[in-house]
Amino acid sequence: MENKEKVPLQKVMIICSKAALEDVYAALVMANGAVMEGIETKLFFTFFGLDAITKKTMNKLHTATVGNPGMRMPGGLPFPTMLGGLPGVETGVTKMMKKEMEKLDMPPVDEFLELIDAGGGEVFACKLAADMFKLKKEDFHEVVKGIITVGDLYAMCDGPGTQIIFT
Amino acid sequence: MSTKTFAGINVEVNEEGYMTDSSQWTKEIAKEIAKEEGIELTDTHFDVIEFIRSKVASGETLTIRGINKSGVVDAKTFYKLFPGAPLKKATKIAGLQKPESCI
Repeated sequence: MENKEKVPLQKVMIICSKAALEDVYAALVMANGAVMEGIETKLFFTFFGLDAITKKTMNKLHTATVGNPGMRMPGGLPFPTMLGGLPGVETGVTKMMKKEMEKLDMPPVDEFLELIDAGGGEVFACKLAADMFKLKKEDFHEVVKGIITVGDLYAMCDGPGTQIIFT
Repeated sequence: MSTKTFAGINVEVNEEGYMTDSSQWTKEIAKEIAKEEGIELTDTHFDVIEFIRSKVASGETLTIRGINKSGVVDAKTFYKLFPGAPLKKATKIAGLQKPESCI
């Protein structure tokens, strides 16, 4: 018999593996949004995503101006890849992105993580990636609850109505 | 759209229970909506509700960050005051529309 009963989302595990500004914010917005809806939320950072929770780098994330087909010039014309590689271009574009985000009241990375933490969301770092990049608990922002293994992560995903989102 | 009676006053609410005319709102109505949500309102709740109502009246978008910076309560307290989905619950109790906010 077909089961048509809908199970509401009760828990999300959001995984962020990249360090580009927009990738990190996608994960942060998804996580914060879940917290705001009263959904149990766990945010897991791995590989280059660790930049987003590392004190030294978290507020210095960039938007990639090379190899990013979504890039446009102001006015909507295509953004030549060659231009993206010039010194200072990535910094300028990132500055513009951050200005637009601030207009929408999107907080800087550290503040965003603190808001997620305040709402009961939990933040973790991947053990394998932390070992690889030689990062320790003290290198990470205070909201990071722990450095955990893949097995720990899956163990947290128990219960019906749980979803894993990879960004 | 339907009519509900809170504190002896008939108010119009939408299908999700949000009041459609915020000018009908009174503190007594707030207390009764809150009771339905399982919240007993305190003075701090009302401070937050007043802040939210003034923000919405001036046409600003509500965000958790905005509440955190309001000087009324911090985000952690806000989540404690309106457990579960704080922005949705607080606006419902404040007699406002459901917030269209992603952050």
